Parts: sequence; structure tokens; C-alpha cells
Amino acid sequence: MTATDAPLLEVRHLVKHYRDGSGATLRALDDVSLTVRRGEVVGVVGESGCGKTTLGRAIMRLIEPTSGQIHMEGVDFAALSGRALKAARRQVQMIFQDPFGSLNPRHTVGTIVGEPLVVHGVPGVRARVAELLDLVGLPADAAARYPHEFSGGQRQRIAIARALALEPALIIADEPVSALDVSIQSQIINLIVSLRARLGLSMIFISHDLSVVRHVSDRVGVMYFGKLVELAPADALFAAPRHPYTRALLASVPRPVQEVVASKRAGGGLAAPTHGEVPDPTDPPPGCAFHLRCPLAVDRCRETVPPLADVAPGHAVACWRA
Amino acid sequence: MVLGTPRGADGSPEHALEHASARAGARAPILSVESLSLSLRGTPLVEDVSFTVAPGEMLGLVGESGCGKSVTALSVMGLLPTPPIAVSGGRVLFEGRDLARLPQSEMRRLRGREIGMIFQEPMTSLNPVFTVGSQIAEPIRIHEGLSEKAALARAADLLDRVGLPNPKAQLARYPHQLSGGQRQRVMIAIALACSPKLLIADEPTTALDVTVQAQILALVDGLRRDMGLACLLITHDLGVVAEICDRVCVMYAGRIVEAGTIEAALGAPRHRYTRALVDTIPSSNPPGRPLPSIPGNVPPPGARPAGCAFAERCGAALDRCRSEPPPWESDGARAFACWNPA
Repeated sequence: MTATDAPLLEVRHLVKHYRDGSGATLRALDDVSLTVRRGEVVGVVGESGCGKTTLGRAIMRLIEPTSGQIHMEGVDFAALSGRALKAARRQVQMIFQDPFGSLNPRHTVGTIVGEPLVVHGVPGVRARVAELLDLVGLPADAAARYPHEFSGGQRQRIAIARALALEPALIIADEPVSALDVSIQSQIINLIVSLRARLGLSMIFISHDLSVVRHVSDRVGVMYFGKLVELAPADALFAAPRHPYTRALLASVPRPVQEVVASKRAGGGLAAPTHGEVPDPTDPPPGCAFHLRCPLAVDRCRETVPPLADVAPGHAVACWRA
Repeated sequence: MVLGTPRGADGSPEHALEHASARAGARAPILSVESLSLSLRGTPLVEDVSFTVAPGEMLGLVGESGCGKSVTALSVMGLLPTPPIAVSGGRVLFEGRDLARLPQSEMRRLRGREIGMIFQEPMTSLNPVFTVGSQIAEPIRIHEGLSEKAALARAADLLDRVGLPNPKAQLARYPHQLSGGQRQRVMIAIALACSPKLLIADEPTTALDVTVQAQILALVDGLRRDMGLACLLITHDLGVVAEICDRVCVMYAGRIVEAGTIEAALGAPRHRYTRALVDTIPSSNPPGRPLPSIPGNVPPPGARPAGCAFAERCGAALDRCRSEPPPWESDGARAFACWNPA
């Protein structure tokens, strides 16, 4: 499970701008840099619109980045096109949130799981599909059946089998358990954790759910308004968050049930929430995007954007007050 | 711990908890659901569900998708399409009145005026072509006969109370101009417009971001404390229920399986399903370790097994669990129906 030091993926200064109907620029990704080492799971958390999904899709080149580099084992993904891009894409596979929308209802499970193998001309499709279904805990006869015959959790297993088919170097999982019920969620989290241990998977795990991200990740990046505002080993981030937004996020998450019960027994109530909402993405405030909601903001925060800088080994924060 | 145990499969959580409530001197409930059963073309959806909500109290109805929690709430509001859904047993009492016996006109008066409701999707529950102001003013004009001008003034007060900045300016805006959190605040303002006695909230924060979720929960919590509002919160999120509710009813496959105070029912659950549900949450576990998981899937309506519906997924099931429905037991703080409790 230990990650080696050579980065598998190195994202540098990735930017994605959109133009909205009125021609205003929307900075979905604003200068994001991130590395993933071999065998490492990097979690990316943030609220809706923070750019976490755009980040995953831009790395896959499902979305064309506006600028920046995506070095995958030394090759710049962002500069590839055509056949070279197709060949390189073998190395990165994606698992999506919605196990109902991401599987073609007219194809059998065998066709769905085997499709990446066919597309990339890998021989021995049938045997490999059987192996993959077994790996994700589905019965062998699943290959001949259709997605509608499976529950949400089983469909997510099918999507995971498909993502593993080409033995990719990196998997990008975008909210892979968010659409599932609690009792099913834990089955899929366990599958991801065990596959990782068995296959040494490297992964970017994108989710809005901090407790899930904490459970599976080695390092965690927190995004706000298109930027990474904190990046740290998971233990450090959850034990001692440095960015005020990370603190607000952690304080907003319902506490573990046993902790709430203990606090209720002691006569405690609800914690005071962080005020305000994420600003309009086409009209960003000057300085740090969080300063409007931040209890620690000073003049400097309202004027200059803080850079992501190390505050401890491996722990970077973009905050003037950290 | 088992005191005064009413036995027998005809018992209900409310029945089993009666002694406890009487002892605690709880206020008379405003809403009593008594042995409610609902079916869809003969297939049972909800079976023998009983609970009460008192003024100023927040009751959580929690369970996974398909457990019957939302259909129970819609039935209280009289919003179920009948047919195809039928009330096959039990009754719903609001301030002692049997809702099934009320004429439609009286039920319409109750909805909005006495009972407010907020839903998960603030985008689709608001009408996109009317301003926020006119949507909040509508129930005030209809139920209280106020003029448009007076109703709009009340609407501005309500927006202020639910924490929308600059309420007068917000009245002229349309739903698409608001964020998800702002829309949910508008929904709450509409639900509160006629000062209802009961608020039913069905997954009110599920579509919202966590920082906004915390704001909305704090708002609802404050309202029930300040106004003595009785609240029924329907959610799949045990963490939210633990934070904000006084009591909880845990539903599984159409039935309540455990009901009681948060401290008892979630802090030290006795029913095996509640226990497994609490244990399986990532935040209850050390990072990186396998989570205790519940095998299999929730049985759909029509395929629910005899005996305890959870037996086939339960690690502690006895032979008896598969054949006989478990009776209710109570320890004063909670009631549960399990043959082999944790």
C-alpha cells in the first residue's frame, strides 16, 4: 500500500475557463497543480461548483483544458491528440457517480465490461471479462445479463470492472458512492479499498463527502471556487486543518453518531454554521475567494490572492492567515 | 434493562413506549400516526407504522430508499394518489381529528395553514414563472384573506426570518436567480407563511452543500424552538438525525424497527438493523480499514420475507427470525422489534 515517490501523474497550472451566455468568463479551474504517486489515493473534496469534477474530466481530456500540463508517466497528456491520445487514455479510466446513467441499457454486462478491451484491440476478451467480474464480486453469469437486472450497488461493481479492464495506471472516481444507500455504500467502499490493496491502484477520489474521502485517501486536496486551497496527508488535514474553509467544511459535516450522542448527553446543541454561500463564479471577489465568509479575513485577503504554499512537509495551504 | 415489556406482535413502538412518555410528562402529541398501513394495488408499502410528534419536538424518520418513509409523510399530508395507493389500515390523527374522515375542502385548509411541508428539490418545488414574493404571498392570501400588499409585507418578514439578506429586493426575484440554499430558504418561508403547527421536511438538505445544509438545519432547529413548531424530518442521513432530532424512528422495508431517543436508539441500538446501520457509516470507523458492511440489498415491496424483513441480511439471525415477526419490546427510552437484539 505504500506509495513510491516518483509521481505517476503531475498536473501543473491546470486552467479551464468557460464563457457564460453573456460572455463573462467562468473560471472552473484556476491554476490547479497536483501530483499522484504510484499506489497513492488522492482525495479531492469541495462543494458543488468548486471545480472538482472539472478537474477529473480535464485530466481525462474529456474536457479540453484552457492551459496547463498533465504529465502522465512523463508524457504530456494535454499536448496529445488523435491516435496518440487514444493510446494514452488506456492509462486513465473513470468511474462515475450514477450507476444508472453510465451503463448502456441495451448492452449486456459482458459487452460493457469488454468494450474497452475491444476498442484497444486486446485479445482474450471473454476470459478477461470473467476474471474482472470475479474480481469485483459479481457472479460469472452476470456477463449475459443487462444492467436493469442489477441493483445500484451491483451496477457500480460493473462500472468498476469496466474501469479496471485495461489495467489502467490511474483511476479517476467521481462521486462513486454518492448515489448509493448507506448499507450499499460501505460494500463499494470496501471493494475499492480491497482492490487497491490487491492491485496497487493509483486513484483520484472525488467526493463531496468528507467522511468517505477520509476513509479511502492517503492525501486530500480541498477545492474552493476553482482553486486548491489546502493539500495535505489525510490524517493531518482532518486532525489539524489550516485553511479556514477546510475548517468550516469539517465543522459543517454531521459528527460521528457516537460523538453527537456524547455531546447530547452533556447538554450540547448544534454547532453554529458558517455564514454565506459560494460567490457568483462569473463575478469573483478580489483577493481570496473565501474572504467574504471567512472569520479571519484581513485587508490583505481582500486584495491579493494567497498562493498555495507549504506550511509543513507535504502540507500546503493557500491562506494569508494560516 | 427491559422494563414493562408489552409483548405480542400486535404491539407498536408507540404502544411499547407509552409508559415512558407518560413518565416523562411529554406534551400531548399534535400528530399521531396509529398503525398506518399503505398498499399499492394490494402490495404492502408501509405496514403498521405508529409514531407521534409533540409541539416543539423534532422527530426523525430515517431509512434507506424504498423503506416507506416518504410515502408515510405524503400520506400524512393527504398527498398520495388514491388509487393506486390505498390506506389499508390504521389512521392519522392531527390534533385528535382523523384526517381520512375530513372532507377535501377541510384537508386543503389544513395543508399550508396548519401543516407546512418542504421537499428535497427546491428547484422543482418552486414555480419558475412566478416571483418569490407572489409564491410566499399566495398561501397567506388564500388561507388568511389578506390583501396582496399586506401579504407581500408578511412575505418580506418571513424572508428576513429565514435569513435571506435584503428581503424586500428578494420578493421580485425568480427562483432561477437564487442559489439552492436560497431556494430552500424560500421553500421554508412558504411552509411557515401561515404559522403552521406541524412542519414536515422530506430530505430538506439532501440536494444542498454541507455548509449550506448546516445553515438550513440550524434555521429549522431555531424555528421549532422559538415557535414551538412540531417537526417531522424524513431523511436517509443518520448523522443529520443524530444532530438535530430529539427522537428517531428507524424504518426498514416498510416497518419501523426501532424507535426512541437519539441517545438510546442511535447511541446504543438494540435492533440489529439499526446497529448495523450505525456501524457501517465511514465516520464511525478508523480510516482505511474495511467497513462493517451489510450484505445484500433491501427487499423490494412485494418480495419482503415472512418474519423479520432484515433476517436475510442479518449476521445474528435465528431460525425464528425467518418465520415469525418479532414482537415489540421497550426499555423505557426506546422500543424495538428484534428476536435477537444487540
